[in-house]
Amino acid sequence: MARKISMKQAVNEAIDQEMSRDPTVIMLGEDIVGGTGCDGEEDAWGGVLGVTKGLYAKHPNQLIDTPLSESAYVGAAVGAAACGMRPIAELMFIDFMGVCFDQIFNQAAKFRYMFGGKAETPVVIRAMVGAGFRAAAQHSQMLTPLFTHIPGLKVVCPSTPYDTKGLLIQSIRDNNPVIFCEHKNLYALEGEVPEGSYTIPLGEANVVREGKHCSIVTYGLMVHRAIEAASTLAKEGIEVEIVDLRTLSPLDMDTVLESVTKTGRLVCVDEASPRCNIGTDIAAQVAMHAFGALKAQIEQVAPPHAPVPFSPTLEDLYIPSAAQVADAVRRTLKGGKH
Amino acid sequence: MAGITPIIMPKWGLSMAEGTVGAWLVEVGTEITVGMPILDVETDKIANAVEAPDPGLLRRKVANEGELLPVKALLGVLAGSDVSDAEIDAYIAAYVMPVSGADDDEQAGPAYLYADVDGLRIRYARRGATEGTPVLFVHGFGGDLDNWLFNIDAIGEKHPVIALDLPGHGQSEVKLPGTSLEALADFVARFMDAIDVAQAHLVGHSVGGAIAAQLALAQPQRVATLSLIASAGFGPEINSAYTEGFTSAASRRDLKPVLELLFQDPTLVSRQMVDDVLKYKRLDGVGELLTTLNQGLFGGGKQSALPGLKLAQTGKPVLMIWGKDDQIVPAAHAAQAPAGATVEIFDGVGHMAQMERASDVNRLILRHIGG
Repeated sequence: MARKISMKQAVNEAIDQEMSRDPTVIMLGEDIVGGTGCDGEEDAWGGVLGVTKGLYAKHPNQLIDTPLSESAYVGAAVGAAACGMRPIAELMFIDFMGVCFDQIFNQAAKFRYMFGGKAETPVVIRAMVGAGFRAAAQHSQMLTPLFTHIPGLKVVCPSTPYDTKGLLIQSIRDNNPVIFCEHKNLYALEGEVPEGSYTIPLGEANVVREGKHCSIVTYGLMVHRAIEAASTLAKEGIEVEIVDLRTLSPLDMDTVLESVTKTGRLVCVDEASPRCNIGTDIAAQVAMHAFGALKAQIEQVAPPHAPVPFSPTLEDLYIPSAAQVADAVRRTLKGGKH
Repeated sequence: MAGITPIIMPKWGLSMAEGTVGAWLVEVGTEITVGMPILDVETDKIANAVEAPDPGLLRRKVANEGELLPVKALLGVLAGSDVSDAEIDAYIAAYVMPVSGADDDEQAGPAYLYADVDGLRIRYARRGATEGTPVLFVHGFGGDLDNWLFNIDAIGEKHPVIALDLPGHGQSEVKLPGTSLEALADFVARFMDAIDVAQAHLVGHSVGGAIAAQLALAQPQRVATLSLIASAGFGPEINSAYTEGFTSAASRRDLKPVLELLFQDPTLVSRQMVDDVLKYKRLDGVGELLTTLNQGLFGGGKQSALPGLKLAQTGKPVLMIWGKDDQIVPAAHAAQAPAGATVEIFDGVGHMAQMERASDVNRLILRHIGG
């Protein structure tokens, strides 16, 4: 598998291949074509960071540039899904999701339940997440926990180009609403990706690295911070196991519990605000279901409970670092029942 | 410097760039014979022992356990007792890693090539010597050309080598030319046409062995010799726990115990190996294809065709290699070898003799095809 592409290309390729396979796969969003109806639309920008560039030329009937109204086009996507299409709505920054919460939380997430299982809503809402882009407090949040909280939604947040393509194709084929979170600081990351279509099941975590001393459970950009921390710790003779959740809902607790049962120690790393985030959820479930396996306190690594700062210096301090992850591992290794 | 033999990081498989040094299996000062395991090396795919290329005393361990080193890095030094410590020191100090560019891999072109065979895109590797009848490696059910990672380069030192991903396998196109051994053997012949190979020494593993045997029956002029490892096609028995399990496994948890059936030592199944197979299985169409192929080859839990039993009529030189602990195709099938065949059965080896006992298998193949 020699071919390497970026995570951004992986998103593009997944949508491209699914649009070719299934004409009911359509996409709505702001500037996803970039100037429909104007000259040069075939080579238009393709979204705020060019993720969908080139798709319009290949699938002119399957992409729609929408007005600047998230509530309107997310609503349209949810409605189209209920009527038999497979829409992908692109929401640029997940921070803008607030204006369409009713469409997502109260409509898309509830149709299957409220219509007695007769309604399906195969919609994917893609959005960029995360800090580190110098984009300030309104374009930098990691809002994965908000959506994970809502029954009826699936939530995905990949860390590699391979996972991105397979999980996005699976999300498009899934008959339920999926919130697909793409970390903007991973778009340039390159990795080996098969040229053909493939899927990764939703709700399957990936053990990125095996180790016996401590489990780190994380997802998204933080997987890479954990890997960096693991290399540092390896030099100290500490072998950490890294579990990349990949999907936050459904959540693969089996893999988490299996890992913690083996290592006896847990560090949860989450880029989302520290209260009620994915890490606290994992910590609570491990404390409930694997308390006997724990040899020491569970550690959490998360940003401070504060908006993402605009100052580059402060923003860099805000995002959890590999050093903080390594420190948390050392703390739990020092702690423990005596 | 005469009398000094370097032990270097081997290149196992086309994608290996580095390996982790495992345990040293012999102490400094030990008298080494050719083929003796010296130390373990672990790659992201598999662990194996590095064996002595020449006899001598192990004079120095250069690499430490746990070190991650590139292919061709110096791991240790073999030399006779007449070589002084100072000479050994000088040799180690002067050792230069062959730089890429001067590397023979680079000259040999890209690791993987693609051929169009009857409209199917087929991935293959072509390496090794430029003169002589090529050696064509054919993998088994669900396998790919990386099953030959310990063999391609070793055989390639003496012969041109070719390994393909059968249709619907590895990174060849996900389509089958048919589900019978006849159809698959015919396809291999057309693959040989496509890459301009009139005749080859065939090395087949498992179902690949049965395909090779079938090709020798159907088109004897295409086959110089046969080397069959844990070959299908010699008896009806097949472990359907494996074939069914491999076909249906959808997660790492389901797949790992199935892959462990392949090896006598199940710890050889690394996380990476399971991941690689899972990645293959998750390609669109592979699941259905394997189900169809499994039904065609092993419907009703029995091997559907036994070309091996007719091999005697071809008069081709046959080498049969089996692991005594093969849990997929019973080693007892070796008793069906044609008269005059060379039969070698290894103790403590499972279904993957070419990986589990790579050096011995390579030596047997080289001797068989005249290398």
